[in-house]
Amino acid sequence: MNTGQPVLDPRYAPGFPIAALPVLRNPQLRKNVAHATDVIQSERARLIAEKSDWQELRSAASAIRNHVLENLGSYLEEFEARCTAAGGTVHWASDAAEARAIILDILCQEQASEVIKIKTMTSAEIQLNPALEAAGIHAYETDLAEIILQLGEEEPSHIVVPALHLNRSQVREIFARTMGLKDLTDDPKALTAAARNYFRQKFLTIPTAISGANFLVAETGSVAVVESEGNGRMCLTLPRILITLAGIEKVLPRFADLEVMLQLLARSATGERMSPYTSLWTGVTAGDGPQRFHVVLLDNGRSSILARPIERQTLKCIRCAACLNTCPVYRQTGGHAYGSVYPGPIGAILTPQLMKMEFAQSLPFASSLCGACYEVCPVKINIPQVLLELRSQVVNQERGQAAWLGDLMFLGMKAANSIFASARRFHAAQALCRIALHPFTRKDGWIHSLPSLGAKWTQTRDLRGLPSQSFRQWWAARAKEGR
Amino acid sequence: MRASLFITCYNDTLFPETGRAVVRLLERLGVALEFHPKQTCCGQMHANTGFRAEAFSQAKRFVGLYRETETVVVPSSSCVAMIRDQYPGLFEDLGDETLRRDFAALLPRIFELSEFLTDRLGVEDVGAYFPHRVTYHASCHSLRGLHVGDRPMRLLNKVRGLELIPLENMDRCCGFGGTFSIKNAEVSSAMLATKLQDVMATRAEYCTALDNSCLMHLGGAMHRQYAAMRTIHLAQILAATEGAPPEEAA
Repeated sequence: MNTGQPVLDPRYAPGFPIAALPVLRNPQLRKNVAHATDVIQSERARLIAEKSDWQELRSAASAIRNHVLENLGSYLEEFEARCTAAGGTVHWASDAAEARAIILDILCQEQASEVIKIKTMTSAEIQLNPALEAAGIHAYETDLAEIILQLGEEEPSHIVVPALHLNRSQVREIFARTMGLKDLTDDPKALTAAARNYFRQKFLTIPTAISGANFLVAETGSVAVVESEGNGRMCLTLPRILITLAGIEKVLPRFADLEVMLQLLARSATGERMSPYTSLWTGVTAGDGPQRFHVVLLDNGRSSILARPIERQTLKCIRCAACLNTCPVYRQTGGHAYGSVYPGPIGAILTPQLMKMEFAQSLPFASSLCGACYEVCPVKINIPQVLLELRSQVVNQERGQAAWLGDLMFLGMKAANSIFASARRFHAAQALCRIALHPFTRKDGWIHSLPSLGAKWTQTRDLRGLPSQSFRQWWAARAKEGR
Repeated sequence: MRASLFITCYNDTLFPETGRAVVRLLERLGVALEFHPKQTCCGQMHANTGFRAEAFSQAKRFVGLYRETETVVVPSSSCVAMIRDQYPGLFEDLGDETLRRDFAALLPRIFELSEFLTDRLGVEDVGAYFPHRVTYHASCHSLRGLHVGDRPMRLLNKVRGLELIPLENMDRCCGFGGTFSIKNAEVSSAMLATKLQDVMATRAEYCTALDNSCLMHLGGAMHRQYAAMRTIHLAQILAATEGAPPEEAA
């Protein structure tokens, strides 16, 4: 069933304020999002409270990630060397198209007609599934949430919990319809059993798998994947051929760095001390697990982010989604309004940058700059700072075009700047505003309705009319009277 | 003690009663208050909307005006957060060494009102009387920008007659966000509705904060809904005494 949600492609998605409207009118979805984020947040808070060294862990993680980004090239080369030495094959993809071509090429050589997939955001970023489908290769998602989305033809709305916008009765409906299980109940056990029955056979028969990576370890050439269900573990161990797609920023210097990262990730992402399944492997091992192993390292705009000092911190992200759960904007809109596989505060800074600032320019403005994201970020990404930097870039784009001539907000900001440059002008502007707003001000001193941009305020809020005397006028009058 | 009041552009224009309350309060506490007539805006609106070049000029102007000032008091946490968090980056980009030096010297002398009272003057009991049920909204910038912590609560707890009602989800944004409330008016309104549920559940008579911006947002919705609550800046509560209740707008 197509729910009419926009496809998560920033090139075609409507701007955030428009995309948010249908969600705001969907109480079921908002309830689902608020409930799920509340549950994760309270678990996270409980588990963080038991770590007396939480802030030290954050600082350590931030330092590790900063260090990686400052030395990314050499760590990637080290990873490539170690992974290759352990029997893996490393491929470098500069963009989404190249990554898709590499993966398709491998699948063609292996004569694969089906693949099983463990949840990978990066494959959604490069829109891998439609490309596979077009090549006649069916991709089976195996993460429970991804199964729900794939069967229900839904789009992911969260980085860690992609089907967070659906509740279990909606999941039941999707499973009952697509699996032909009329008597299915919405008991979570029954739902997971249904998914297990549906997929166990795929795990046992499909010899090719695609995964993402939570971390790559330069020192050993290892790959780490964390998940909750064990379906990923099956994808990583049962098939003969495994392809891992990873953004170039995922690398860590040393194996020991996982100690810091895994503690932070599990607590931040799902409110668990440790993820139920942490899979770690290095190249191939004769007679055990996949015998042909490929890693596709994806740039897709990341190196241009890396080149910019303020924006670089975006790449520190370990995809825990704590910023989504705490974000008061995300909590109202859910993920689809962001028009990207990366929603929420991190998506608001990552998506436009991955799009080289040519698309998704409304996303840096989709924040009240409340700072909750920065406070929870386990690797201390100053998301508000990056949002401001990107806002400034968007405004500079507007400056370069004549379009701003018709943009009231832009004109207002330019006028305000000239007004604030002089106290005399500011005083005159206050007087002018008082006159201009007078016709809209009711007898009780309040404004209930304004035209144009002002209507954006008064559609839900009254505004107090301007008092007859500004503070500076009062101060001047008082000084004159000699106090 | 001498201090200079940076009233902020929107308090000057929209909430002069807050400014008058600051004057009354601080003069009662023995502070010799000054007002620089050339002051306008700290540049926050421009900086937060992406107009960095414009914010530069206002930040530069602010430092120029207050360079020689002993102490600056600001009854708005978000403007102080702008100055503390964003000016350094702006001046670094400008590459103006004199400006950077002047600002570094000025920065420790700039105080948000509750900081000024508790840290600089070292008072918590300001001799106020306000016999009402009050809930406190922690604005995002006071909470996560300035880290004012429990300073406002300590001040409110010493106000005679005042009953402070705790607010659920106190750390959650009201949805104002400056031009966010215009650019994303619908999402902002949804955030406001959620916040207002918690605020109204306190059944307080007043909702107070360190920022009239959040209060304008919350108060605008309260007025629209004929809600049994109104908003009041912390300064106005602290300035109130038995003989002189707070001056409130209509």
